[in-house]
Amino acid sequence: MGNTKYTYAVARIRALEVSLFSDAVIGQLMASRTAEEALRLVREKGWGDPSGSGDMDSVLKREEEKTWEVIRDVAPDMGVFDVLSLPKLYHNLKAAVKEVCTEKRTPGIFYDDCEIPGEEMLRIIENREFSRLPGSMGRVAEEALETLLHTRDGQLCDVLIDRAALEAIFEAGKRSGEPVIEDYADTTVAIADIKIAVRSRKTGKSADFMRSAMAECGSINREQLIRAALAGEEEIARYLEGTSYAGGADALRESPSAFERWCDNRMTETMKAQKYETFSVGPLLAYLLARENEIKTVRIILTGKQNGFPEDALRERIREMYV
Amino acid sequence: MNILSDLGIVYALLGAAVAVLFAGCGSAIGVGIAGQAASGVVTEDPSKFAKVLIIQLLPGTQGLYGLLVGFITLSKIGILGGGVADVSVTTGLLILAACLPIGIVGLLSGISQGKTAAAAIGIVAKKPEQFGKAMLFPAMVETYAILALLVSFLAVNGIQV
Repeated sequence: MGNTKYTYAVARIRALEVSLFSDAVIGQLMASRTAEEALRLVREKGWGDPSGSGDMDSVLKREEEKTWEVIRDVAPDMGVFDVLSLPKLYHNLKAAVKEVCTEKRTPGIFYDDCEIPGEEMLRIIENREFSRLPGSMGRVAEEALETLLHTRDGQLCDVLIDRAALEAIFEAGKRSGEPVIEDYADTTVAIADIKIAVRSRKTGKSADFMRSAMAECGSINREQLIRAALAGEEEIARYLEGTSYAGGADALRESPSAFERWCDNRMTETMKAQKYETFSVGPLLAYLLARENEIKTVRIILTGKQNGFPEDALRERIREMYV
Repeated sequence: MNILSDLGIVYALLGAAVAVLFAGCGSAIGVGIAGQAASGVVTEDPSKFAKVLIIQLLPGTQGLYGLLVGFITLSKIGILGGGVADVSVTTGLLILAACLPIGIVGLLSGISQGKTAAAAIGIVAKKPEQFGKAMLFPAMVETYAILALLVSFLAVNGIQV
């Protein structure tokens, strides 16, 4: 009965999906006049801790934690979720390398809900115990630290670590043996590559820079993307039209934020098929992404309202909901 | 002592065992799968307990069908009545063959029904008002268990001991 190990988890996720925000709730949030009113509305929906602080950051942080608590509780094997926790792990590495090099301590820059929390990462980098890091991370950490110490070039260090993170995500996807996770990992890397191409084009970076920043993946040809980026932004859009990211071409022509929204919407769209799965890890991944998407959208609305953004600018950034 | 005539009752008893064992296993696995899903839903929403319990029990019927056929077989060969009948090898094998449909179909349909019930519990989790429709999908699988029960029942009844 190997294929029924997710039965309990999926049923529990189904029950939780009922409390995900629908497009109608997001509409209600958009209609609130002030950020305080919108925040009160999400608190009434059960967000944050009833006893905890009611400010935006702590409410949203608590929601992220709650999501992971549920997944940790129900998932028979957390290994398949590496693709989602790796970005946090590599963020911690990047932050620790910079803290060690600059010999400054900035509070609140680490994620603590991942395999190696901030303080431990900082100790590993300070004491140069690279072998304690998983997989090829040790080698990357050493290289990034040396690079930053010798060149003092923060961007070069970022590029090194970000690329290693993308490669690790792609590898973790393949290792999971679950098609839905593999697809997610591939799409994440491909979209990151496309964003690198667009930004490199805007800042006039060389082909070598792009090659060092982009990771290989299945659905995008790195060399062709680099050639397109060197030729111009329109060329990138044209190249995308020939790939499975064709819909992104129009969004890219519209604006960078429209493209970001398109990326998230595409992921939600792909995940919607998981609503009808009963015996695989898919619904768990879909729920995690749906929650991330929901929290991101609420954050956009709240900060937008706090800073008096016009409604059109907010609407351009609102993501599609999973339910 | 005639070994051949003794083998007849052994085959007949094996038939009763097949019906109860396989159909019972099918139900146990099926109710187990549906029970995992039911637990998942009740963890988050205990108010749905009654609804998911009914769906969880649907794959349990195969075990009862197996028990029924096993019971008829036992009374047919006199094990239940007190006086064990004199069953020839041919009759014993006929009884064994008659018990196979509910045994095998009970096993496979019980597992399939359990999986369908788990999926149907997902419907109740999200749309409790659709409970009636959710019940129908696993109930469809039941048809084939009933057909197998019918054949096993008629066949065991029709064999002259």
